[in-house]
Amino acid sequence: MLIKKPDDIPSSEITPKPAYLSRRKFIAGAAAAGAALAGGFYLREHIDPSTPVHAEGMKLSGIVKSPLSTSETPTSFKDITNYNNYYEFSTDKYEPNGLAKNFRARPWTVAIDGMVKKPKKLDIDAIMKLAPLEERIYRHRCVEGWSMVIPWVGFPLSALIKAADPLPSAKFVAFQTIVAPDQMPNQKRSDVLDWPYVEGLRLDEAMHPLAIMAVGLYDEVLPNVDGAPLRLVVPWKYGFKSIKAIVKISFTDSVPPTTWNKMAANEYGFYSNVNPQKDHPRWSQASERRIGEFRKRPTLMFNGYADQVASLYSGMDLQKNY
Amino acid sequence: MKPLPEKFVRALKVPVFLACLGPAFVLTWKGFHDGLGANPIDVITRTTGKWTLTFLLITLSVTPVRKLSGLTWLIRFRRMLGLFAFFYGSLHLMTYIWLDKFFDVHAMLHDIAKRRFITAGMTAWFLMVPLALTSTTGWIRRMGGKGWQKLHRLIYFSAAAGVVHFMWLVKADLRRPFTYGAILVALLAYRVIAWLVSRARARRTVAGQQPARA
Repeated sequence: MLIKKPDDIPSSEITPKPAYLSRRKFIAGAAAAGAALAGGFYLREHIDPSTPVHAEGMKLSGIVKSPLSTSETPTSFKDITNYNNYYEFSTDKYEPNGLAKNFRARPWTVAIDGMVKKPKKLDIDAIMKLAPLEERIYRHRCVEGWSMVIPWVGFPLSALIKAADPLPSAKFVAFQTIVAPDQMPNQKRSDVLDWPYVEGLRLDEAMHPLAIMAVGLYDEVLPNVDGAPLRLVVPWKYGFKSIKAIVKISFTDSVPPTTWNKMAANEYGFYSNVNPQKDHPRWSQASERRIGEFRKRPTLMFNGYADQVASLYSGMDLQKNY
Repeated sequence: MKPLPEKFVRALKVPVFLACLGPAFVLTWKGFHDGLGANPIDVITRTTGKWTLTFLLITLSVTPVRKLSGLTWLIRFRRMLGLFAFFYGSLHLMTYIWLDKFFDVHAMLHDIAKRRFITAGMTAWFLMVPLALTSTTGWIRRMGGKGWQKLHRLIYFSAAAGVVHFMWLVKADLRRPFTYGAILVALLAYRVIAWLVSRARARRTVAGQQPARA
């Protein structure tokens, strides 16, 4: 008896030769177009001296993807840039966007001092070349109970720390925001926060691969409203730890003061790790409203980064060290 | 001053009523036109809260403005204004129960007991309930003017609890809650002063009458 075995691939599914040839042509064409486009961008950046290297809204090039990114859907550019806390401009989350429009984020230098081999000043353009720029899509959890997913562009903070060359005795790193009352209206007032805004990390936290310095958002130069030209992003901590518009980085051997801790020490600790089991004295931290979603979702320990960062705090009582 | 004719007061009630509905209308319109920004529930919560406090203060200013200006007909609008405070307060509470807590009774009880700003807010709303219920002419008659008036002094405590609720929820920058607080203090101070003045006057009258009686 003859048993007819069906073909492995039915002939109907075999692509005819002309079709795959034309596909190759298409790919080659697309590649050529892409190269032309990239060339155009390269020329625009490198030939015309009148355009600044990195103005707000300009595309950043050479960004590499990171395995540390989340696969969750990013919040829209519009929502990220129109709803955030930037107390130097306003205590209203809808106002910083408009008020930060004319903020001068270039030229910009960052002072590095304290317990380092040699204090120095680094230009923002030099800082942006310290390490390859990476896209880091991170969850962002505000202490107020809302959250976003933000596609930052930046590089590991550890790269900047290595360039700063701290002394072995340095245990903490402190950050300071610019003081520019002529550009930041709330800095003219003394009843908002203590200016300048200051933040800090333990050095081992700062060296963690998840901690980055952000210089971009959605493949573009970081918008003023989000802390241009240089901000910290520590995704397992509440948003206020991720200080914006940094002009000074200092290394110390004692816990540096942090702005919100000075405001209300019982509400905001030095660590301020996202912790659904540790309520803010005035509200619950068990759940959060993801911008764009209707129902609240449960907040995750260390904002979902427990696997990577929990070991930094092993043996610590997180109810006390909040 | 000559009182306004009855017809005019009645006619005026329509535009005043519509104006009071304005904030709710604007909020609804924005809601349907993508105008509430990144966090619509937050905007709804804040807007309804703001208008609750605003209407409480407007209601409380009717008496001082009426006494100081002599526009006696203003009193005819007080009930409507007070009920709008209750209306926005109830919307504010509904936003919390529905959009914030999704009817999770356990979480809400936990909140009320543990979060002092929620405790204050709930107090403010509960104090408005008997006032709204007894706002009808029938209830005024049933309770008698004096008793009704006494009960309706609860609005002082409701407004105070509302301002405290606002103060306790902000992270920093107390300007806005303090503005509401300052207006409330001024409106209550007027009442204390008016009461002291009327008591002094009454004493003087009584003192003046005594010799005549003797």
